[in-house]
Amino acid sequence: MFDKTLAELASGLKSGEFSSVELTQAYLARIKAEDAKYNSFITVTEETALQQAREADKIIATGNAGAFTGLPIAHKDIFCTKGTRTSCASKMLDNFISPYNATVVDKFNQAGAISLGKTNMDEFAMGSSNESSFYGACRNPWDTDRVPGGSSGGSAAAVSAQLTPAATGTDTGGSIRQPAALCGITGLKPTYGRVSRFGMIAFASSLDQGGPMTKTAEDAAMMLNVMAGFDKNDSTSVERDVPDYTADLNKPLDGLRIGLPKEFIMDDMDSDIAAQTQAAIKEFEKLGATVKEVSLPNTALSIPAYYIIAPAEASSNLSRFDGVRYGHRCEEPVNLEDMYKRSRGEGFGPEVKRRIMVGTYALSEGFYDAYYNKAQQIRRLIRDDFTKALSEVDVIMGPTTPHPAFRIGEKSSDPVSMYMEDIFTISLNLAGLPGMSIPCGTVNGLPTGLQIIGDYFAEQKLLNVAHQFQMATDWHKQSPQGI
Amino acid sequence: MSLDRTDVDKIAHLARLQIEEQDTPEYAQNLSNILDLVNQMQSVDTTDVLPMAHPLDAVQRLRSDAVTEENQRENLQSVAPAVENGLFQVPKVIE
Repeated sequence: MFDKTLAELASGLKSGEFSSVELTQAYLARIKAEDAKYNSFITVTEETALQQAREADKIIATGNAGAFTGLPIAHKDIFCTKGTRTSCASKMLDNFISPYNATVVDKFNQAGAISLGKTNMDEFAMGSSNESSFYGACRNPWDTDRVPGGSSGGSAAAVSAQLTPAATGTDTGGSIRQPAALCGITGLKPTYGRVSRFGMIAFASSLDQGGPMTKTAEDAAMMLNVMAGFDKNDSTSVERDVPDYTADLNKPLDGLRIGLPKEFIMDDMDSDIAAQTQAAIKEFEKLGATVKEVSLPNTALSIPAYYIIAPAEASSNLSRFDGVRYGHRCEEPVNLEDMYKRSRGEGFGPEVKRRIMVGTYALSEGFYDAYYNKAQQIRRLIRDDFTKALSEVDVIMGPTTPHPAFRIGEKSSDPVSMYMEDIFTISLNLAGLPGMSIPCGTVNGLPTGLQIIGDYFAEQKLLNVAHQFQMATDWHKQSPQGI
Repeated sequence: MSLDRTDVDKIAHLARLQIEEQDTPEYAQNLSNILDLVNQMQSVDTTDVLPMAHPLDAVQRLRSDAVTEENQRENLQSVAPAVENGLFQVPKVIE
């Protein structure tokens, strides 16, 4: 049962093969038995999950079930869930019981979904390894000495280890796509503004976007159907109709034009990953696609520009954690400044502090033009590169990451080497474009991902392309040994 | 680009972050490395390129100036570290 997709579980619920309560109990028992190996959950919400499942079974019995009624998922612990701890994997919010729901959480509740719990992540989503969590590193189910990627590492590991059929994630520089690639699952970062950011604890507001992490493209389409849509509570939410993302899945790919950016094959990347990308492209050619080289000349600048824009926005966003209204407050402050400094000094981990300081420096008097303004100019160059390439092709493809999962501790003492792992994913966030990662092979027993990039609001196209690949191949069906 | 202890202390103060003295050299090193990375931006000529704040060049949405939120003071203050009479308590600011 645990290898079933959301779509398969939905038909099992509909046919009465099992109830939502039985399904939920099975997953809760599996999490209890297995998750000590991976540390993919921060909080398991057994009681509310079973309550939601009983409600779902009542609705199913009346014959009024929707596409998502009774299906269990997990939420990244960045999404506020009313009455449940929402920690963002930080000591700062270890005591934070959210007084409200994120819009994404509300939407899943309204759709009748079951929330099994909250998944592990890098602290405040700042990281590519899930090692910066206050609750300890999360482990990759394919090799528990290795990282699952990050920041949505817990969601990726939990799906990969079959502790949940699917999970939500968020992506600021690759935080859905990179862990999806490293854990051998499917992940989609939608167009900026497609999914509401309300109640999704802010890291870098102009880059953050929530999305699905699943076994298949079909499941990602089912989840995006629930998640996407305008929200008046998010000032950058886009007012645009939401299509049925499952509608185009079965369209043939005849005539699909694929662009391969020459900058996405680098000298120091894993040669097997380059070969697998080529093999995946060959598969698409068999499915009727044509391939041409495109150029994204400013790709290498995306990391420097990102490491100004994201920290600058983070330093502003995280100023709200001051020990006054919520979160950690230090003991016995002698005055207000002491309270701010010690509450923040104690509540934030080292990577969060580093990024706040980089952002503070970049925004400080006299440096604005050299850093923030310059980064925003480069951001336009990067966006214009994509616009030009996407005028010639329908989708752009390349590897999601330059290497498979690295060892826990391997990069933690050198932040810059960790940042370089996001070279292929970061530029999409700067441009605001949608992107997916789907499994396309293994290197020494570790999964690797193919990234598919589309034009603004082309999620339907991406899901169609990914689904057709998954119909023709079985990389997405492979599981870690013993699972 | 190299930051020293004094720079780190100044930035930490601006960010209202307490950094332990023994950790300062490591922060100075890491932050210097990050600034070296971001300074690669300076190699590109961006004269006449407009800064891009939003990928879709969207503008701020406006709504009518009407009260739409209900009072949730008790709910929202339930997570505050210290509250009295509906007010957030902080250390004395004015002597």
